[in-house]
Amino acid sequence: MGTFIPNTREEQKSMLEEIGYSSLDDLFKDIPTECMFKGELNIPKGKAELEVVREIDKMADRNKMYKKIFRGAGAYYHYVPSIVDTVSNKEEFVTSYTPYQAEISQGILQSIFEYQTMICELTGMEATNASVYDGCSAAAEACTMCIERKRRKIYISETVDPRIIETIRTYNFGSDAEILMVPKVDGETDSKSLKDMLDDQSACLVIQQPNYFGILEEVDALSDVVHEAGAKLIMSCNPISLGLLKTPGEYGADIAVGEGQPLGLGLAYGGPYLGFMATTKKMFRKLPGRIAGETVDKNGERGFVLTLQAREQHIRREKASSNICSNQALCALKVAVYLSAVGPKGIKEVAVQCTSKAHYLQKGLEKAGLKLEYDKPFFNEFVTDSCDSSKLLKALDEKDILGGLPLGDNRILWCATEMATKEDMDELINATKEVS
Amino acid sequence: MKLIFEKSYQGRGNHIFPSLDVEVGIPESAMRNRKNHLPEISENEIVRHYTELAKRAHGVNTGFYPLGSCTMKHNPKVSERVASNPKFVNIHPLQPIETTEGCREVLKRTEEYLCEITGMDAMTFQPAAGAHGEFTGMLLIKAYHKKKENYDKTEIIVPDSAHGTNPASAVMAGFEIVNIKSDKNGMVDLKELEEKISEKTAGIMLTNPNTVGLFDNNILKITQMVHDAGGLCYYDGANLNAVMGIVRPGDVGFDVTHLNIHKTFSTPHGGGGPGSGPCGCKEFLRQFLPGIRETKNGYEMETETIGNVTGYYGNFLVVVKALAYLLSIGSDGVSLSAKNAVLNANYMMHKLKDIYDVAYDRTCMHEFVLTLEKLKEDTGVSALDISKALLDYGIHPPTMYFPLIVHEALMIEPTETESKEVLNEAILAFRKIYEDALKNPDKALKAPISTPVGRLDEVQAARKPVLRYEFES
Repeated sequence: MGTFIPNTREEQKSMLEEIGYSSLDDLFKDIPTECMFKGELNIPKGKAELEVVREIDKMADRNKMYKKIFRGAGAYYHYVPSIVDTVSNKEEFVTSYTPYQAEISQGILQSIFEYQTMICELTGMEATNASVYDGCSAAAEACTMCIERKRRKIYISETVDPRIIETIRTYNFGSDAEILMVPKVDGETDSKSLKDMLDDQSACLVIQQPNYFGILEEVDALSDVVHEAGAKLIMSCNPISLGLLKTPGEYGADIAVGEGQPLGLGLAYGGPYLGFMATTKKMFRKLPGRIAGETVDKNGERGFVLTLQAREQHIRREKASSNICSNQALCALKVAVYLSAVGPKGIKEVAVQCTSKAHYLQKGLEKAGLKLEYDKPFFNEFVTDSCDSSKLLKALDEKDILGGLPLGDNRILWCATEMATKEDMDELINATKEVS
Repeated sequence: MKLIFEKSYQGRGNHIFPSLDVEVGIPESAMRNRKNHLPEISENEIVRHYTELAKRAHGVNTGFYPLGSCTMKHNPKVSERVASNPKFVNIHPLQPIETTEGCREVLKRTEEYLCEITGMDAMTFQPAAGAHGEFTGMLLIKAYHKKKENYDKTEIIVPDSAHGTNPASAVMAGFEIVNIKSDKNGMVDLKELEEKISEKTAGIMLTNPNTVGLFDNNILKITQMVHDAGGLCYYDGANLNAVMGIVRPGDVGFDVTHLNIHKTFSTPHGGGGPGSGPCGCKEFLRQFLPGIRETKNGYEMETETIGNVTGYYGNFLVVVKALAYLLSIGSDGVSLSAKNAVLNANYMMHKLKDIYDVAYDRTCMHEFVLTLEKLKEDTGVSALDISKALLDYGIHPPTMYFPLIVHEALMIEPTETESKEVLNEAILAFRKIYEDALKNPDKALKAPISTPVGRLDEVQAARKPVLRYEFES
């Protein structure tokens, strides 16, 4: 049994004696016996390290790991540069707590400050926090930022990832905010319907760019309509796409959020990921969670601290802007290392490769008989609608290819990233020809 | 030290991506015009930058970290190893169910073990952190009352010793907060509780042992009183390390709980996350749990689910680490860990209490609280100053100024993974600092002197927020 307790039984005994207790159980004598758990926990006996490794590795072996992945839909298969794990495995980063004691946490605080700067650069926004749990909870927290006393209607486009929609609904399960869905036309948010739906109680509109179906929305039009109604625009973005495409800042979004996973984090069966949230100078005081800020020490040297804590739960309690305490700090560190490694040219290069490969794949699948459902500009995901999806996906699986996500009997949402080689895509396309 | 942007030099970088092997295909959409100032920097420089940052950070692997309420235990390396298995790291969350047997086994086994430890019947791993688990638990209580059409049940009772996340989480779930005071022993004041309980009571949130490190002996009475009023009882698992394997929340009247995997089950804190805050409940609340999970009808959402609090299965790799920890310590190691955590806390308290004032002088659980009110009155040296002085001894300070019910509080939690020598060294440091403060208060006010920066101006940081680096062009 490995308990990770250094003190031997003898040491424990002598410590107990020294402070006047007869046994370990004696320390719990104040707890009423009727509260005590009697018997033994129904958990296996402790194991040696090697046994633990064997047992859990065996579980991992029961997963099927694909090396050719053409499925995205919110979680993306990208290359993680070697340096990301090297840096993020450093013990000082891994085993420290939230940097409450700034003087011995400058390393953590500066890394957060650098992360914040990079997210602002990527999104074109002015301020950001140190991360939230994931892209879905980031969108939900952003809605909360927009709710005002007289503006309690949240609008979500039907083209947003269903998991984000679900999370926003859940976050508002106990609130009196109203959630309204904005219909889609041809895979895009219908700005005409939106215009009719908005009123002086509208708080915000949530859109996704590129949207769940991979399509690039005409954000300018949506931004105008929302702002005319006095509401806020929340844009959920694929961060890789921002290396190439017009940023939320340039579109005039009030809050940019998104799933940070594509920036150096593994697929990991859904987590840990991280949600990024960036906003304007006007709204940054409403941001939830930790924020690192620059200041000086008593000698005038630059240093960093957690700041604007008057928003937070440990100060404001029931009046806090959010309950968030732990965030996804180590994931944010990975993102910062990723963005440093690829640099300004690399992030654009990945974006160009993702979209180019997706276009190559789409054309190839079209030739293999898979019709594109929406004739709209797309980034690195697209929907086809003319095949028996379960049959095709099964055939691909036999070739160890994880095909797109089935959206129904005939529709498939495909995704390509820089990981897809031409050879892999040709194999996928040929296999599709054989089936259809 | 320089920021990474100040080390950037135009044209530097790394060759990571091969040339494009298909023709360029770019959508007809608006392109980015704004320059992006990500750093241009070589791999060697990046590694050195972060090595320098790491030297300016303090983790459990650096030194003693008795940060109260945070359970900064050693993080077993076997957990890191098994969680970095590519067959976990590269699994897409939307893979076909028959290809994720291993991941589902991890979730199922960990759920079983944690239910056994807490006395609960079901648990979701969707919440990504403790506060997130609290929020989820509050939503379960909300869903329960909605279903029973208990529309008048709008209030959650929270003791004044509670973590700030408790009231904040309950408000997010749409409840109003009723604060109750603690009695002179730091326990829930039963008389006050009786007065505040009403037909509006939807539930109570309790941490036990509470935040002054004491086990509330009236717990059965308290949960009974809330149940009699039709409310539910929520157990905040932040302090479970003191009693795991000894008292099970589910056996003493609690209906819902969250655990802090990154505290009690030894997964690393990562400088503030990722944690994992699974939320467990009794059978009658199971149908409300969020997320896709192993249900009676298959791998899907529960019938009356509250929905999703994160996109998929929560911080899955953190759960893998917790499972490795649980398999290592096993059934007997669970309570042995708790007992040694309590022993280490009592040992430290005992060896400090002749000079420091202990807020509650009785056998403590896994942590204890000192009050420096008198020292501050006599010398001007505060809990903050003592904390900063500890930095010069290479010790991470305790939690300061919490719980709010103790003035000039320092909350010390040594954990079971520290040896007697470490405790003895820390005891010496605490004693020396106190004696120095009496002799030479000015010196204490100037600490720390050995850290990369001196005391920082937090007021300026908040008044004139600088939240990002500004580039010249």
